[in-house]
Amino acid sequence: MNWRNISLFGFVGLMLIFVGFLQSWSVAFSLINLCLLSSIMALGVNIQWGYAGLFSVGTMGFVALGGVGAVVTSMPAETEAWQAGGLQVIGALVFAALVIVGAIQIWKRMAPGRRRTVSLILLLVVGFFIYRYLFDPAVEAIEKVNPAGAGYLGGLGLPVIFGWIVGGLLAAGAAWLIGKISLGLRSDYLAIATLGISEIIIFIMKNEDWLTRGVKNVNGIPRPTAYEVDLQVNPGFLDWANWLGIDPVTLSSLYVKASYAILFVIVLAIILWMSEAALKSPWGRMMRAIRDNEEAAEAMGKDVTKRHLQVFVIGSAVCGIAGAMLVSLDGLLTPTAYQPLRYTFLIWVMVIVGGSGNNWGSVLGGFLIWFLWIEVEPMGLWLMNVITSGMADGSGLKEHLLESAAHMRLLTMGAILLLVLRFSPRGLIPEK
Amino acid sequence: MVDVLNALVVLANFVVVPGIAYGSQLALGALGITLIYGILRFSNFAHGDTMAFAAGAVILVTWWMQAQGISIAPLPTALLALPFGIVATVLMLLFTDRYVYRFYRRVKAAPIIFVMASLGVMFILNGVVRFIIGPNDQRFADGERFIIRARDFKTLTGLDEGLAIKVSQGITVVTAVGVVIALFWFLNRTRTGKSMRAYSDNEDLALLSGINPERVVLIVWIIVGILATVAGTLYGLDKTYKPFTFFQLLLPMFAAAIVGGLGNPLGAIAGGFVISFSEVTVTYAFKRVVTYLVPEAWAPDSLVQLLSTDYKFAVSFSILIIVLLFRPTGIFKGQSL
Repeated sequence: MNWRNISLFGFVGLMLIFVGFLQSWSVAFSLINLCLLSSIMALGVNIQWGYAGLFSVGTMGFVALGGVGAVVTSMPAETEAWQAGGLQVIGALVFAALVIVGAIQIWKRMAPGRRRTVSLILLLVVGFFIYRYLFDPAVEAIEKVNPAGAGYLGGLGLPVIFGWIVGGLLAAGAAWLIGKISLGLRSDYLAIATLGISEIIIFIMKNEDWLTRGVKNVNGIPRPTAYEVDLQVNPGFLDWANWLGIDPVTLSSLYVKASYAILFVIVLAIILWMSEAALKSPWGRMMRAIRDNEEAAEAMGKDVTKRHLQVFVIGSAVCGIAGAMLVSLDGLLTPTAYQPLRYTFLIWVMVIVGGSGNNWGSVLGGFLIWFLWIEVEPMGLWLMNVITSGMADGSGLKEHLLESAAHMRLLTMGAILLLVLRFSPRGLIPEK
Repeated sequence: MVDVLNALVVLANFVVVPGIAYGSQLALGALGITLIYGILRFSNFAHGDTMAFAAGAVILVTWWMQAQGISIAPLPTALLALPFGIVATVLMLLFTDRYVYRFYRRVKAAPIIFVMASLGVMFILNGVVRFIIGPNDQRFADGERFIIRARDFKTLTGLDEGLAIKVSQGITVVTAVGVVIALFWFLNRTRTGKSMRAYSDNEDLALLSGINPERVVLIVWIIVGILATVAGTLYGLDKTYKPFTFFQLLLPMFAAAIVGGLGNPLGAIAGGFVISFSEVTVTYAFKRVVTYLVPEAWAPDSLVQLLSTDYKFAVSFSILIIVLLFRPTGIFKGQSL
C-alpha cells in the first residue's frame, strides 16, 4: 500500500460521499453494496485471469449459478411439488448423469472404430429418450402445483447465509465440469467456449421452471438482515429514529442497506485476505510462473492442466458467492436479467482497469467501474441538458439526445477500456 | 404419394426455406469473422455490433429514401441503400483500425490483447448504435412481401399444405450467393486476393515477397465491411432489426466460423448452414410431417420435438462446444492456436 493507491481509494470514497450529499444516502448505500459485490466478482475474475492468465468469459454463468444456490438453500420447500415429482426429477437427472458417464467410459475403454461409434450413439440416443420419458411427466406434475405462486421445488429453507456458501459450491462444481471440458483450449477458443457455456447456463435457468421458476422469477428470497416493516414497528428502533431526528421509514431503509454493506464488507475482507495470502504463497508464485511461461513451468514438472483447473474452480466459486449475495440483496432471482455485457464483460473491464494480477486493483476497479456504470447516466443526462439548453423545446433532436443519455454508459465503458488498454495496460494499481 | 408430397412441403415450409435463409445470413457473418481471424489473427467480438451498426446505417438511408419517395418496388428500398451503408461501415471499421488495432499490430501484442480491444470496440459500437437509432425494434422493410403465398401455392399444386417464400428469403439467398462468388473470385483470381491468402498462410514469407501488410489489412476491413453490411441488412429485412439481436448473433456466427474451421472461408459457409439447420431441425415439432408419412393409426400424439424452441440458441452453442472439443480445427481444416 502506498500513498498513490490510498488516494485512489480515497477518491472513490469521496465520490460516494458526494453522491450521499447530492443525491441521497439511500442511493449511496445501494451503490456501495453493488460496488462491494462487483469487487468480489472482479476478485474472482482476477484469480482466473490475473493469477493464471485464463481468458474465461463465462463469469455470467457462475454468477447466475450462485443465485440458484441461494434459492435452493433459502426458499421454503414446496412439499406438494416434491411429492408430485421431486424424486422422479432427481432420479431422471441421476440417470442422465449415469448415461453420460457410461458414454465417457465407452469412449475411453473401447478401441476406436465403428463399433465404438455405434454403441456410443446407441447409448446416447436410447438414454436421451428414457431420460425424457422419466423427466417430462415429473416436471409437468411439479409445474402444475400452484403455478401462480410456486410451480417449482423450492429450497431447503435454511438461512440465506448458507446459500452464499452453497452458491459458491454450485459454481465451483459447474466450473470443475466446464474446466474439465474446455481448459484444453487456448486463448480465443477458450473465451468463445466459456461465453457459449455461460449462455447455455442462462438458457437452462430460463427454461427449467421446476428449478428456478424460469421467466416467472423467484421472489421473496429470505434476507440475512432485518426487514423495514419490522423495524418500523419496533419501539426501540422508533425511539432511536426519534433521537436521531430521522424519519423512521428512511432510517429503516438505510439501516437495512447498511447491514447488507457490513455483511458484504466482511465477505469481501475474507476473500481479499485469502486471495492475498494465496498470491504471496508458493502456490501463487507457481501460478504466475505458469501464466508467464507455460512451457517452462511444465518443464519444471508443474502440472499445468491441473493447476489451470484448480484456479478456474476457485475463481468461479468466488463469482458464485458474489452471485448468491447479489440475489439475496435483491430478494429476487430473475434469469432474464443476466446479460453478458453486464455480468461478464463489465467485470472484465473492472479487472483490467483496476490492474490485472493485483487484488487491490480489482477491488478498486470494482468500485470505480460500478460507480461510473451507475453515475454516468445522470452525468450524461446533465451533459445532454447543457448541450440541448440552447435548442427549442419540443425539437426532435433535443428529445432524441435527452433520451439517448441512458446509452452513455456503454460508450463510456468502451472508451475507458480502450484507453486503459492502450495507455496503461497494467491498470491503475499494477501488479508488483 | 400425395401424403409424401404434403410432408415434403411442410418440411420445406418450416425447415428448409427458413434454414437456408438463416444459414446464408450466418454464413455471411461467419465469413467476416473468419477473414479477420485468418488475416488479422484475432477473434473479433465486435463483429455482431459491426453488423448492428451497418444495418442501422442502411436503415437510416432507407428511411430517407422512403421519405423522398425513391423506391425500387417490388424489391425493398433497403437494397438501394446498401452501398451507402457499406461506405459508412467501412469508414467506421477503418477508423477503429487506425485508432485501436493498428497500435497493437505495431507492438505485436498477444492475440488476447486484440480480443480485449475488440471488447472495447464492442462496447462503444453498442453505445453508438443505441445512441443513434435507439434500442427498440425498427421496421424498414417495404415492397412486396411474398414471392409465393401459402394459399397460392395450394391452389397452384392442389396439395393440402402450403409453401410460403418471403421476398426477403429469396433476396437473402440470391445476394449471399452473389457475394460469396465475388469473394471467392477475388481471393482466388485477383493479384490482391492472392496476396491476402499468402499473408494469411505465412506472414513472414509474404512480407519478404514484398506484400504490403497495411494494404492487406485495409482490404480485409473493406471486405469485412461489405460482408457485415450485407449480412446485417439481410437479417434485419428477414427477421427484425433490434441492436441487441445482433449481439446475440455473435455466438452462432462464431459457432459457424469455428465449425467450418476458423480462417477458412469455405468452412464458414458450410458452418453457417450446419448451425442453422441444426437449430431449426432440433427445435422443430415434426408432428405434422410424421402424421403424413405413417399410417393413420401410428400418428403421434406428442409434438415429436427434440428440444423446445427456447433452446434454439443453446443448440448452436452446444455444437460449437462439441466441435471445439473433438475437432478444434473444424470440419475443414482451419488455423488452430
